[in-house]
Amino acid sequence: MGRLDGKVAFITGAARGQGRSHALRMAQEGADIIAIDIEDQMGTVPYDMATPADMQETVRLVEALDRRIIATKADVRDFDAVKAALDDGVAQLGKLDIVSANAGIFSFGTMEELTDLEWDELQDVNLKGVWHTAKAAIPHLRANKGGSMILTSSSAGVKAVPNIGHYVAAKHGVIGLMKTLALELAPDMIRVNTVNPTSVNTDMIQNAATAALFAPDLPVEERTREVLGERFKTMNAIPIPWVEPIDISNAVLFLASDEARYITGVVFPVDAGQLVK
Amino acid sequence: MGRVEGKVAFITGAARGQGRSHAIRLAQEGADIIAIDACEDQPNIPYPGATEADLAETVRLVEALDRRIIATKADVRDFAALKAAVGDGVAQLGRLDIVSANAGIGVDPRLTEDVPEEVWTDMLDVNLSGVWRAAKAAIPHMKAAGNGGSIVLTSSAAGLRAYANASAYVSAKHGVVGLMRTLALELAPHMIRVNSIHPTQVDTDMIQNEATYRLFRPDLEHPTREDFAPASQTMNALPIPWVEAIDISNAVLFLASDEARYITGVTLSVDAGSNIK
Repeated sequence: MGRLDGKVAFITGAARGQGRSHALRMAQEGADIIAIDIEDQMGTVPYDMATPADMQETVRLVEALDRRIIATKADVRDFDAVKAALDDGVAQLGKLDIVSANAGIFSFGTMEELTDLEWDELQDVNLKGVWHTAKAAIPHLRANKGGSMILTSSSAGVKAVPNIGHYVAAKHGVIGLMKTLALELAPDMIRVNTVNPTSVNTDMIQNAATAALFAPDLPVEERTREVLGERFKTMNAIPIPWVEPIDISNAVLFLASDEARYITGVVFPVDAGQLVK
Repeated sequence: MGRVEGKVAFITGAARGQGRSHAIRLAQEGADIIAIDACEDQPNIPYPGATEADLAETVRLVEALDRRIIATKADVRDFAALKAAVGDGVAQLGRLDIVSANAGIGVDPRLTEDVPEEVWTDMLDVNLSGVWRAAKAAIPHMKAAGNGGSIVLTSSAAGLRAYANASAYVSAKHGVVGLMRTLALELAPHMIRVNSIHPTQVDTDMIQNEATYRLFRPDLEHPTREDFAPASQTMNALPIPWVEAIDISNAVLFLASDEARYITGVTLSVDAGSNIK
């Protein structure tokens, strides 16, 4: 008996990283999956973004668990595309119980350096895209007479760090959005919470641009994973550099499951103690 | 394979209510239990305390799950008794991985200026200092084993916001958050995680008594459970009057399990949205 038997989950940014991990973890526990991803590069993002091949791999991995998955190439900035993909998935899988609004991007610069385009692209994906995801899902969740939405915020949604002010602002905004949704949807037994990860071991942080942010004092060849790990570790209370995608997936699973049937409006850090440090 | 298979959990206030539910839920998932309870009426508390028969029933229920349980009558106000009970339990069960500092007393409603000295002192002694003593008794065993661990402190929705006529309770439960954050920092290097849980009203003897009914329904001379329910529901965003003990146990289980291996310093509300309402 899986912890999500018979449920259907909609996941954005599902081609790789945390999104793929969420899809697999929820499928392991019995859920069918509706997946979207931009599967394309954005101009202001300083690392390679997911590809159609990545999404094909997510599909393969979910199907290997004997679960169904409806995957569509769709950008969370485009509400019509998100809605069409979700409506199609619900038509094929029969209903919607769980939403993981996971799609997000990362770029950096001080407040005085950031360009309008960097600011706008990041807000459009990391905050407006979350709203689009929720907005597309709400009618299906109401029809389902309940459900669980998990919005991916960040430890930077609670506490600022320098050089990513647009990210900090967007992720704080996600918490405001979550609290509003939780209040608006409580009468319909739809729960809304955020997960707030510290650094997660994915392509979003394991790339040359992030290495330069964390080790500007070192030549490129000395920016090794080990050296960077020591610097990431200083952010956490638990002596680890980063958590793994599965750690976020396990929190998403808990919040998605009926074990959390009365948990709503909660900011849930999975952050190795970063916020108490 | 249970989610806390092979682990040992120390639970205070385990004779009935949430504590008993935690013992059973953790035992269902493979843990052995070290249980204590004062098993006495508490001073200045307007409902009966747990009894030795209650604790014996917890033992019976855990053993029916084929798990071991070492139960001792001990009061969280008595550090020597706590230390002895934990030491005996660890000696018999071989290790200690999980602590649920659950023992607590409820509210005898009064305005702050009307709270007698001994009522304030008793409240703090059980609901705050008792939590400190439980952690203090457990920490040496957890550190010595070098296995890390998970400590879950039961605070309250009233640990994050105030309610009128409960100032000693609100103060003690806020204090638990400060204690949790301090312990999380101090114990992170040992991979011992510390989090707090913040329930809304839970359907146990602590709220299902006439004193609580009168707090919520001062308009009635002898309010009943049915009179209390709609008044209690006004605290919550979700349209329910209270949660069940199992809902808190499921949150304790998640935080206790390795699925939460990097979650520390977190205030986890299980409150039907009362904190954001």
